[in-house]
Amino acid sequence: MTVIEARSLRKAFGKTVALDGVNLRVDEGRILGLIGPNGAGKSTALNAILGLTEYQGELRVLGRDPWDERDQLMRDVCFIADVAVLPRWMRVSQALDYVGGVHPRFDRVRAEGFLAKTDIKRASKIRELSKGMVTQLHLALVMAIDARLLVLDEPTLGLDILYRKQFYDSLLNDYFDRSRTIVVTTHQVEDVQHVITDLMFINRGRIVLDCSMEEFESRYLEVAVHPERVAAARALKPIHERQVLGRSILLFDHVDRGQLAALGDVRTPSIADLFVALMGNKPGDHAAGAAKGVAR
Amino acid sequence: MNSQSTAMPEAPRDSQISESRISESRGIAPAAVTAMRPFYWSVRRELWENRSIYIAPLAVAGLVLLGYLIASMGYALSTTNMAQRRAAVEEPYTFAMGVILGTAFIVSIFYSLDALHGERRDRSILFWKSMPVSDLTTVLSKASIPLLVLPLLSFAIVVATELIMLGLSSLVLLASGLPVATLWTMVFQMWLMLLYHLVTVHVLWYAPIYGWLLLVSGWARRAAFLWAVLPWLAIGAVEKIAFNTWHFAAMLGYRFEGGPEAITAADSFPIDPMMQLTPGRFLSSPGLWIGLVVAAAFLAAAVRLRRCQGPI
Repeated sequence: MTVIEARSLRKAFGKTVALDGVNLRVDEGRILGLIGPNGAGKSTALNAILGLTEYQGELRVLGRDPWDERDQLMRDVCFIADVAVLPRWMRVSQALDYVGGVHPRFDRVRAEGFLAKTDIKRASKIRELSKGMVTQLHLALVMAIDARLLVLDEPTLGLDILYRKQFYDSLLNDYFDRSRTIVVTTHQVEDVQHVITDLMFINRGRIVLDCSMEEFESRYLEVAVHPERVAAARALKPIHERQVLGRSILLFDHVDRGQLAALGDVRTPSIADLFVALMGNKPGDHAAGAAKGVAR
Repeated sequence: MNSQSTAMPEAPRDSQISESRISESRGIAPAAVTAMRPFYWSVRRELWENRSIYIAPLAVAGLVLLGYLIASMGYALSTTNMAQRRAAVEEPYTFAMGVILGTAFIVSIFYSLDALHGERRDRSILFWKSMPVSDLTTVLSKASIPLLVLPLLSFAIVVATELIMLGLSSLVLLASGLPVATLWTMVFQMWLMLLYHLVTVHVLWYAPIYGWLLLVSGWARRAAFLWAVLPWLAIGAVEKIAFNTWHFAAMLGYRFEGGPEAITAADSFPIDPMMQLTPGRFLSSPGLWIGLVVAAAFLAAAVRLRRCQGPI
């Protein structure tokens, strides 16, 4: 079944168009990675899905209109928007009490179980926790809610690699199953390459790429071309070319793997490389911003 | 950093804790969440965050008691003039009530000005909005602090404080061979008056003031206090310059004084309920009803604003 369905979603802030006719469909049981440079419209899209902003066009999330039914929708949707939005004055025990009080699908025992695996103390105030611990706490709260859609907006920004890895590991091992759906945006694309099932690139308010990871892997191939075969490789119209340690790395779309194998070492590109290929090279684009965003 | 290393071994100990909580959480978390539950927890969360709501009036009550202890046990017993002694133990009651109410009023004002501003400033609004709590419930829970919680709380604190004072006064009066019955009657009547005063003035008559402050706190990006105050000063100033009149300022003054139920000075607090209560006059004053409509409009606007507003 369809969890999110958007048709011609549009949103403008004054003269700046944040979403320019976005069509989007996310089915149950998928993990969608929404990738884009800063200011591409990712957060606006998520805010529209979460009922935090008004929009034009058609949008249904779990069959509801998010703008008119945010409070109802939030029984089935969880989100971690950015890091550190948990109120800093709150104690961990109060956060558990509060969510248990207002959320009908919250399982406190489960949350306590997740917290037991961390160093977080019940009596601590959130301002006393490290950034990584706050994220662990937020994740524990969210994973203990029996929701159908989880939206993560830069959930691991500013965390070290151990916390980031642990974050996605818990999500996959302790939370995700085929009846749940996750939408995640992040600049740390290397973290999610093996987590997501679907990939979407968004730039300047438009969807630039929308494919499943199976499709991504069969469609895009990257070849480290032998120096003497570069001309032959270029004849196959790569979508991007870069130099690494004196070798040319060419990225191909819809080119037969066997054909490419004759030119050099073939491998699946990283999402970051495809991102740069599709968005980094166009004149007038936020080329620098896009590249920086990926590198972060 | 070391959370990785301690990720696993703690589990058995904590599972015991969680088992003891199973029954507890089952008991308080039935499948059906009534409409009141989100409201109740929203009010509780306001009290967690803004502890000054109860600490400030309690602290003032403590100081009042300390002062009264000195007055009754020190000054009153040191004078041999029975009339002076009696006055020393009987007079501070209205004053004690006045300072506790005044504190609650100041707390109400500052609370209301920050209520919808603080959550946007610290970005926690994104967390609150991720919960199935409507903007209406949130705004009403915040409005209930100055309109419900603080009046009830200040009434309870006044009564508790003055009960202790009554105990001390009675000791002094009985030890001096003076009657205590009139004092007790006076104080009980005063509490009835206080209840009436709280409902009429602090809740119904002041409602538009709190509504305005909540609206500004939801709207202003910064300097909420200036936005709350300056427009009214500006209107008054324009009127004065243009027409050389003070009607607008007088209207605001009338609102703050308490309108038809105004108490002009602490010592004129009406002691005899039968003489002073004029609920008919209060309920028939257009100012009350206009004020309530304005308060409702301000709160409705605050709900709409919160729906659109994100972090600042």
